[in-house]
Amino acid sequence: GPEFHNLQELRQSASLANKVFIQRDYSEGTVCKFHTKLPSELDSRIEKTLFEDTVKTLNNYYAEAEKIGGHAYLEGCLACITAYLIFLCMETRYEKVLKKISRYIQEQNEKIYAPRGLLITDPIERGMRVIEISIYEDRSSSGSSTSSSTTSSSGR
Amino acid sequence: MKNCEYQQIDPKALATPSPAPTPSRPCLEKKPKRLKRKWEVFPGKNRFYCDGRIIVARQSGVLPLTLGLILVTSGLFFIFDCPFLVQHLTSCIPVIGGVLFVFVVISLLQTSFTDPGILPRATPEEAADIEKQIDNPINSSSSYRPPPRTKEVVINEQVVKLKYCFTCKIFRPPRTSHCSLCDNCVERFDHHCPWVGNCVGKRNYRFFYMFIVSLSFHTAFIFGCVTTHLALRSQGGNGLVFALQQSPASALELVVCFFSVWSILGLSGFHTYLVAANLTTNEDIKGSWSGKSGNEESGNPFSYNNIFKNCCSVLCGPMPPSLIDRRGFVPTEDEVRAIPAEMELPSIKTDINMVGRGPTSGHAPPPFLPPNP
Repeated sequence: GPEFHNLQELRQSASLANKVFIQRDYSEGTVCKFHTKLPSELDSRIEKTLFEDTVKTLNNYYAEAEKIGGHAYLEGCLACITAYLIFLCMETRYEKVLKKISRYIQEQNEKIYAPRGLLITDPIERGMRVIEISIYEDRSSSGSSTSSSTTSSSGR
Repeated sequence: MKNCEYQQIDPKALATPSPAPTPSRPCLEKKPKRLKRKWEVFPGKNRFYCDGRIIVARQSGVLPLTLGLILVTSGLFFIFDCPFLVQHLTSCIPVIGGVLFVFVVISLLQTSFTDPGILPRATPEEAADIEKQIDNPINSSSSYRPPPRTKEVVINEQVVKLKYCFTCKIFRPPRTSHCSLCDNCVERFDHHCPWVGNCVGKRNYRFFYMFIVSLSFHTAFIFGCVTTHLALRSQGGNGLVFALQQSPASALELVVCFFSVWSILGLSGFHTYLVAANLTTNEDIKGSWSGKSGNEESGNPFSYNNIFKNCCSVLCGPMPPSLIDRRGFVPTEDEVRAIPAEMELPSIKTDINMVGRGPTSGHAPPPFLPPNP
């Protein structure tokens, strides 16, 4: 696949070819968790272990945000006593973890995904439904990629 | 549906942005479009106030009535009954009443104005991707709706069916339901409450529970105090009629409280049971886990089988963020075609704030926009 040295280069010389969506894994209930299996479209682009690590780390972050334990109860009780008004002024633990996730995704994009012509979209921007991975092609070879993108998006 | 095809970025257009139109040119070209916030193009049936900070269902139902009843009854209580009771009993009464009143009003407003856990609809690319994966029998007529699509998943050794939502074009997560009044999929959907004018779901269930519990206490408290007030007044051979004549407002409060306390207490009791069993009203009515609808499996796979743990997880669990990003900006057509602006380094910091918190969220996207071809 195409190689880009950094995000800057990706932006300047590539065009969007396709998007892959990693769906949610509900086998453990309603907690936010994504499937770790590498989709076939990315087989040639990125090593399986790297991809799995990224998704597993994300899953761990979400598990940390949604963990019900001592700290969460304290936060909940305190909130209840103040008639939940502290939510208006205080940043919840979930929001703190979401910021960490944003930084992690940015870092992963810079170091691992952009050099391989891929970009990960933060799941929060897709309503936590999917991890959207955009596949880019080198503009010089984009004659073939537009046809592939039309066939994939017109599959009704 | 939006065109899913992506066009290449014209390298010339990127390298040299076209100059701004000179003032001598007539203003026939379109004016620069004001960037819209996402709440303005929200597809569900909701209304927004304060530039997207406050969300309510389209039909506010009887929320004004609920608020009116609470304010009027409490107001009458503080004005007409409290002075007498403070004089004859204790000055704790208006204090307790005041605290309860504050809790009731605040939790009511929070229930009504908080996003209940609305799931944003799928983007066109996602919808196309899902449709590809579903086995769809060939249909040429657009009016023929394919059979309901379901996906099965095993949670806690129990098979749970996930349904496909035709409106939102997603497979609904477990416990999510589509509210036809608001036209949204809501996570952990409990019910649509006309009294608060909003759906009750994952994000505002704790406010709703606090509302009905504090309202039960408040109604019972006023009922008790008014009864005591009238009893004290009718002592000494005066009789009840005399007491009522002296304090007519108390009669009104008595009537309102008497008729509402039973239903509110009943509702609180019912929801306490639901919280302890980690159930939603929707699941309880449909009998999703109790085997009523012919399911062989029974038992709620989401329950921790421990009352304390269930209560804590429902009421004191972490507060999930709002997923609909009401105050974020809608990306323009140009941004959609270009490499997403969120990938640019400085803009990611603004996107972090998009969980919908106050004035920090919803910054304008960075100026990197390829001009119109």
